[in-house]
Amino acid sequence: MAEQDKFEAYWRQNLTYIIILLSIWFVVSYLCGIIFADSLDTIRLFGFPLGFWFANQGSEVIFVVLIAVYVRLMNALDTKYDVHER
Amino acid sequence: MSIIAWTWIIVGITFALYIGIAIWAKAKSTGEFYVAAKQIHPVLNGMATGADWMSAASFISMAGLISFLGRDGAMYLMGWTGGYVLLAMLLAPYLRKYGKYTVPMFVGERYYSQAARVVAVICAIFVSFTYVAGQMRGVGVVFSRFLEVPINTGVMIGMGIVFIYAVLGGMKGITYTQVAQYCVLITAYLIPAIFISIMLTGNPIPQFGYGSQLSENGMQILGTSGGYLLDKLNQIQMELGFSAYTSGGSKSTIDVFMITFALMVGTAGLPHIIIRFFTTPTIRGARASAGWALLFIAILYTAAPAVASFARLNMIQTLNNKSYTEAPSWFKNWEKTGLVAWKDKNGDGKIQYAKGNAFKGKLAFDTNAVGPYGERVVSTPLDETSTTELYIDRDIIVLANPEIAKLPAWVIALVAAGGLAAALSTAAGLLLVIASAFSHDLIKNVISPGISEKGELIAARIAAGGAVMVAGYFGIHPPGFVAQVVAFAFGLAASSFFPVIIMGVFWKRATKEGAILGMLSGIIFTAAYIIYFKFVSPDMNKAENWLWGISPEGIGTIGMMINFVVTYVVSKLTKEPPKEVQDMVASLRYPRTM
Repeated sequence: MAEQDKFEAYWRQNLTYIIILLSIWFVVSYLCGIIFADSLDTIRLFGFPLGFWFANQGSEVIFVVLIAVYVRLMNALDTKYDVHER
Repeated sequence: MSIIAWTWIIVGITFALYIGIAIWAKAKSTGEFYVAAKQIHPVLNGMATGADWMSAASFISMAGLISFLGRDGAMYLMGWTGGYVLLAMLLAPYLRKYGKYTVPMFVGERYYSQAARVVAVICAIFVSFTYVAGQMRGVGVVFSRFLEVPINTGVMIGMGIVFIYAVLGGMKGITYTQVAQYCVLITAYLIPAIFISIMLTGNPIPQFGYGSQLSENGMQILGTSGGYLLDKLNQIQMELGFSAYTSGGSKSTIDVFMITFALMVGTAGLPHIIIRFFTTPTIRGARASAGWALLFIAILYTAAPAVASFARLNMIQTLNNKSYTEAPSWFKNWEKTGLVAWKDKNGDGKIQYAKGNAFKGKLAFDTNAVGPYGERVVSTPLDETSTTELYIDRDIIVLANPEIAKLPAWVIALVAAGGLAAALSTAAGLLLVIASAFSHDLIKNVISPGISEKGELIAARIAAGGAVMVAGYFGIHPPGFVAQVVAFAFGLAASSFFPVIIMGVFWKRATKEGAILGMLSGIIFTAAYIIYFKFVSPDMNKAENWLWGISPEGIGTIGMMINFVVTYVVSKLTKEPPKEVQDMVASLRYPRTM
């Protein structure tokens, strides 16, 4: 049964990572890029109004970073719980 | 050398390259034909996914759409990239662990039901055919504009090329050609963008250039004072009666939200994208591959809004209030193709540009008639509610951009080759989904289970060949609704595959009854809404008639929610799935085979 517990702990940890990272995914695109874009536009990042920047480029860049972080976290987690491919 | 000569040379070289790769990467087994024997390095798979994903629409039309929509256009930028985060975390690793060849096969096995598999096959084929017709048309259009051959001849040439590498190489051939096509299309997209960025702002990176100040040279070209490029654009737009470029315009916030969401989950539910993650050697590789894919896609997607704003500024400043006889040569070149047109409403001989439409309805020309200034004569009735005299097709933004910026002939030729690469690579990925749905899900699984490996490979090749023919037919005789059905493809993928696969992996208790009813209710709701507003009563297609102000493009989000709820409720009410299915779901969650 110890084996079973280990698998469940691994899966729970994976779900935690997913929930945290997808929350960021939602915040940058839907909140910063759409819903609060007008208020953020009063702040400027170089020549870009901030809300416009999140919608046009910021979200895309952060998406790439989110996947990179997930890949690293999961590679470490796979090894920690000894479920990685050999 | 002329533009046409350059175009023939560059297109010829790229086509020879694709054919060479096809011969080198011939598939010898069904495993190679369906999933390239799972031997594709994650970085290469990322490039191939990028080319698979970026279609004629991404390459040719997207920057134009953004150019005219301003900030609202970002729903395409976010919507068509955000899905990869979902793929990396919620789909790709688990489906790669499953490891068999098609999405319908996963649905059938996870939900222990042939009926579920058949529903999935129909969705996969429908989604892929609607998508592929537009690609073949795109090939024809690029050929006709740049090489002056008839559109249909262009479609035939495109069919011939895809036929060779899809039928011969299957997934293996397609993958390596897509890698080459990615390199061609990204070069073709970035070179003009870099040139123009340097011209206007002095910044060689277009992604930063459009947030910079205009350079001396830029001010001279545009005939304006200095300052940030985007501020200038906002000011010019407002002077012409448009809303500011960097703020939302015509669409409501809820609609932008829903469309973005439907595009994201639709991306993650498209079979030709999902299937790419079956080709990596490991599960680790499948996750990484989604990251590489998005990186390669984001290079183009972050450049697109730059191209859009450069072109918008350039276009308005070089045309508005200039007399037609002194209009730049690109305008007259593209007037011949019918993508731009001018009608002197106020009789001053100058081109006026403003908010609204110059003409009512689809543009038509009086053949051979010439107006007082030598312009082509439009026979479409004028739209008197607007003072604008200019019709500009959105595709012009990318296609004519190098000419607008007076770039050398070889750059223009490169754009043609890039457009072809984008269309052909996407078409090939879609055709493979259709071929494997026939040969693996229908022939091997339903019609003739005893078929040999060799027989199945022949069947797959015939199915791929047949699919090329049908796609070509649709390219030559486009059903009137091609432009309308993009909403369909994403809406259906969002409301069918996405929820069913997610539930299949993350909830062991999801049952076959739940999945089948969930898929059907999601699809039927979404399809009915789109069909009603797009085909039955297009006059009703206005915000005040929509459900909660959600347009048909965004309704897939609601269809997806319906699917989730129905699957959940029905699964709760039905008998739990057999133990072996629950064990299979458990095994998908861990990379190592226990």
